[in-house]
Formats: sequence, structure tokens, C-alpha cells
Amino acid sequence: MTLDFDEIQKRAHEEWETLKKSAQPLIFVGTATCGRSAGSLEVLETFQAEASRRDFDCTVVEVGCIGLCYAEPTVFITKPGRPGILYGDIDPGKAVELCERYLLCDDPAAEYALGTVGEGSIDTIPTLYQTAVFRQQVRRILRNCGFIDPANISHYIANEGYTGFMKALSSGPDQVIDEIRKSGLRGRGGAGFPTWRKWKFCKDAKSDEKYIICNGSEGDPGTFSNKLLFESDPHSILEGMLIAAFAVNAEKGYIYCPSEYPLALERLQRAINQMEKYGLLGNNIFGSSFNFHIKIKEGAGAYICGEETALIECIEGNRGIPRFRPPFPPVSGLWNNPTIINNVETLACVTLILQKGYEWFDELGTENSKGTKTFSLSGNIQHSGVVEVPLGITLEEIIYAIGGGARDNKKIKTVLIGGPGGGCVPPNLLDIPVDHDSLQKFGTSMGSGGIVVIDESTCMVDVACNFLEFSQRESCGTCVPCRLGTKKMYEIVKDITEGRGEPKHIDLLVELGEAIKLGSFCGLGQTAPNPVLSTIRYFLDEYKEHINSKKCPADVCNMNV
Amino acid sequence: MEEPLRTILSSFTGKPDELIPIMQQVQHVYGYLPEHVMSEIAEFTGVPGSRVYAVATFYAQFRFTPIGRNHVTVCRGTSCHVRGVPRILEEIEKNLCISDGQTTEDMEYSLETVACIGACGLSPCIMINRKVKAKMTPKKVAELFSKGGHK
Repeated sequence: MTLDFDEIQKRAHEEWETLKKSAQPLIFVGTATCGRSAGSLEVLETFQAEASRRDFDCTVVEVGCIGLCYAEPTVFITKPGRPGILYGDIDPGKAVELCERYLLCDDPAAEYALGTVGEGSIDTIPTLYQTAVFRQQVRRILRNCGFIDPANISHYIANEGYTGFMKALSSGPDQVIDEIRKSGLRGRGGAGFPTWRKWKFCKDAKSDEKYIICNGSEGDPGTFSNKLLFESDPHSILEGMLIAAFAVNAEKGYIYCPSEYPLALERLQRAINQMEKYGLLGNNIFGSSFNFHIKIKEGAGAYICGEETALIECIEGNRGIPRFRPPFPPVSGLWNNPTIINNVETLACVTLILQKGYEWFDELGTENSKGTKTFSLSGNIQHSGVVEVPLGITLEEIIYAIGGGARDNKKIKTVLIGGPGGGCVPPNLLDIPVDHDSLQKFGTSMGSGGIVVIDESTCMVDVACNFLEFSQRESCGTCVPCRLGTKKMYEIVKDITEGRGEPKHIDLLVELGEAIKLGSFCGLGQTAPNPVLSTIRYFLDEYKEHINSKKCPADVCNMNV
Repeated sequence: MEEPLRTILSSFTGKPDELIPIMQQVQHVYGYLPEHVMSEIAEFTGVPGSRVYAVATFYAQFRFTPIGRNHVTVCRGTSCHVRGVPRILEEIEKNLCISDGQTTEDMEYSLETVACIGACGLSPCIMINRKVKAKMTPKKVAELFSKGGHK
């Protein structure tokens, strides 16, 4: 016998309040992949060992990731009567020191602190949300990341979790779709298609079997915000799936998650098990006629499976080759049944819209791009990590104000955005707004939100070569222009980086690139030439220097191979 | 049918869409997809052997030769690339005396490259046995691999 939702909520609140109002210090250690790779599990063990060795009371909680990769491992400590303090770059030695100075005495060790969170202040430590990294961010999708235990469903429920689904359940499918329509939500996976229209097509399609697929393939190199969400707040995505399934009356859902994300797979499975235990999945959910089941589908390492029909093929057990369209998946998808495929972040936004209402969601963003978006910042940037900003903010603000500009006092040469199908934006054009439409004018796209910052020590021809090496390997092989064209482009660019370039190569690359775009059926081929075309557009001199003088201006390429 | 395979297949019903999950589990246990096991999978799922092979070869995850005890994966993503992963790969190759896609003679290490590990904020990264090692430097490479007895 499962409990009703009010009772579940009551118990979750009690558990959360008991933790929050604890008379003991609370130590939250970020143990998502980034934290772990920087040593957070050793930090966690150190806190536990110190507490028992020196015999003081404290509660150590594993949480997800707050998104500050550059400052990993991060630790958040609260003490009664004090605001919470977020510490960065903590190693076991510093953990011992924090126990000694802050937990046993009352010195907050300000030199390790990044900022305070919550009521009250500490003179020597700034308020976290007033620091440069956070000032322009709005944490909506990432609200829980780094502050709740992703393995504990009660923490999610105590923070408004599943209230969006309960609202959906009490209002009805048409009202849910209408709410999403009014919010103006557009898909966060790259194409920016209005979410409600996908849903409406699927709802109107006549079929006994319908499916929801959460597309977490996140194959673009330089993108990791979906992973962060999977690992830090899986229920916010699962709630979005429940809402979508209810809106179109689907009974089965799949989450597609890459095999390269073992921790995400583990945390998702645990979250699904908890949902089943609480009656949030299964038949007749909370006494309604709505049934829903979710299965995890582990990816097998094919970039093309980010394309929705290729992803469907993969779930069916086939080679991941995109299908001809129409019919589109909302009409005929998985096993030829109507299927909605939404990106991870789209589903997280759905949850928020139902929880808070479309008016709240619409407060941020631009006319045609509503809400907030997460971006993964990496490469030669000072504050690498995942950030969340209102759509319409400029790239410049993201890179300089939030990201802190280039590392090691170097100059930014360009910014790559939109992954292997995107392009580069030179520093003098960084004042463009980031939304669904503006970036297309520059031959690039927002894509899934990966931003890689390139400094002056990087060779642009070498970067283009890296992208092409990727695209030609990941081409599924169906369309000849993509299969052979990307390979040829790769060989030509490789020749240029190894001192065998000829003057005619530049025109050849442009011609070939345009032909591949025209002659390819899916997004991979249609966008694969973009990094080359866009680097030729903005960094033609570098290509010329490689070809004419057999020199690499950044001194990266080995020109005498 | 041999024992490890029997156990794996017992949790499946034999539907064609189970093909990839079955192969993933087989690889997890065997370290690769042996030919005779692929034939058994074909029989179990009713998918022709040629198609089992076609699906297996399409996905980068699947291997057809035995793997070393330690599985080293180097990220080739953009962020890792601009933060110096080519140098890291070179160092690992030098330390283990194998190149991308190979296994050491003593079966201690296998080396592979992958498109992106997704730990770009801490690049350059590699994974050893599914654990991410971040902010790699040539010095760290030497430390990691000399422990295993390799020069």
C-alpha cells in the first residue's frame, strides 16, 4: 500500500526540516563526477574520520555538483546561527584544517571560502550570489544542484518536488499542454522547436501505445550540463517525464544516458526505484487512471544517437541510422508508435513551468526565447563549469563577467559554441545575445550549450582538424557526401596542419563543405563542415600561413611530418 | 551454453530490442564480445548473426578482442584537446609502449580514445576503469603508470 502524496510530502518536509534545523554542523560534500575526479570522496572520508577521531557531532551529506568545476572539490558547511559557507579547492589536508578551525573553534577559514549562502553574514566572506561568478546567474534548473542529496527523494520532495506533476494530475492533459504553450518553452537540445507542438502532435495521434524518451545523449564534446543534472537532481528530469507522459497519455518512458556517465546511470536507477516505492511510477498512479513506467537505456557510444530517429533505432536494438522523415516521431516513432523525444533540460523546464506557472517562467528571457539556459564552460577559461543564465544575455557577459575570461592572463582568441556542428565567434563579436535565433546569423548555433574558450596559444586549423576527426568518425555512413566528404575534408585539413597544404585547398574545403551540407540528410552532415567554414571565415590568415609559409603561427602543428 | 552467458541471458526474455543491453552485459563480464557468444546471442534473440555483428560494429563501445585488466580511456573532446590531451596521450603511449586501440602483452593495460568523457570543466581528462582522472599532466601520467610496473 503506497501513501498518498500529502503524507509523502509531510514526511519529506519533516526529514528535511530535521536536517536543516539540526543543532550539529552539516557538511555537504559535492560528489558528482567532477568532484570525485578532483578527490571529493577522499575529502568526504576525511570529514567522517575526523569527526569520529576527535569525537565531535556533525552530519556529512553527499550532494551533487554546484557547477564550479574550477573550484572542485567543493564543500558546503552550515552551523547553527551562521550562514552556510561554500568552500572550494578542498583537499584532505584542508578538510582537517576546517574541522579544527571552523567546526571545533569558530574561525570560518575565510581564505578557503567562496561565499556564504542563507541568512546572516560573515565580514570576511562575500555573499555567494553577489560574487562575480553568480551575480548574473539565475539558478532555476540548477536550484537543487549541490544543495540536496540526489540519492534521497525526500530532499527533492521537500523542495517542491513532484508538485508540478500533482498539479498536472489534478488539471488534465489539455491544460498541461496549454500551460507549456503559454510558457513559450522551446526545446533545449539545439533545434529550439516549440515543446508544446511536439506534445500536441503526439497527443492527437491515434494509438494505444505512446512513448516518452528523454534524450540525454549529450554527445557534443564540451557539453556536460545534462550530466550534472542527472547526477545532482535526477528527480527534476523524471518529474518532467511524468508530466509529458500524462499530457500525451504515454505509458512507457525511456531515458537515454551515455555509457560514459556511470555515476549518472547509477543515480538515475536509484531515483527510479524510489519513485516506484513511493507510487510515483506504476499503474493507477495516486488512484488515477494514469500508468507510467520508466526504463534506462544505456547508450553505446554513437554520437549520431543524439539525433532523435537514430536514438529510436538504438532503443529498438538496431544500428543508429537516422530515419527518413516525415513521419516525425510524435506521429510515428518508437516501434512506429507516437513518441515524444525531449532533451534533459527541456524536461527540467517542464517541471518548473508546472510547479511555478508559465508567468513565472516567462519573466526571464527574450521575446522568442523564454526562460533560462544552462551552459557548459570549458577550455581556456578561468571559471570552468556549468552556469545558468537568462536567455538573451550576451556571450561577453557569460565569458568575461561569469567565466572570468581566459586563464593564465592570456587573451581570448575565439569562442567555440554549439559543438562539432557549431562554429567560432571572434572576440569582437562577443556582444551578441545568446538565444535560439541570434547565433545562427554567425554561422553557429546555441546547440546544447557547450562553450569552449580558445586562447591565443591555440591553432585554429588544428581545432578545425580535431572537430573533423570527430565528425568523420561519427558519420553513420548513410549519405555519401557526409561519409566521404567529411573524411576528405579531414584529410585536407590534416595535410594543411602537417605542412602539405596547397593554395587551392581553401577553396576546395569551402566547396566541399557547402556540398556536404546540401547533400546530407541529417543534422550531423548538415552541420559538420561548420567549424571549418567558420574558422576559414574568421581565421583565413592562419590557414594561409600554414599553406604558404609552412608555419603554424601558434606553434602547435608539427609542420614537418 | 557456458555459465557466465547463461546467467546474463537469464535476466532477458530474448526480444530483439534487448540485443544492445545483452551485448553491454556480455562485454561487462567478458571484457569483449567473443565470436561464439555473439552466435549464442543471435540464437537467443532470433536476430540473424550478420545483424548482431552489424549492430555491434556500429557502436564504438563494443570490442572484439580481449581487454587488459586496466582499461585506460583518453578523452579527445575539444576542451581536452585545447588543454593539451595530445601530449597526455603521447605520454601514456610512451609509458605503456602501446598505441590507441592496443593492449599490453601482459594484458595489464588497454588503451582507447573516446569522443568526450564529459568532464570538460577539469580538462584534460582520462578515465581508468571508469574513474575520471582530471587535470592530467605528463608528470601525473608517469606517476599513474609507473605504479603498475611499466616504465
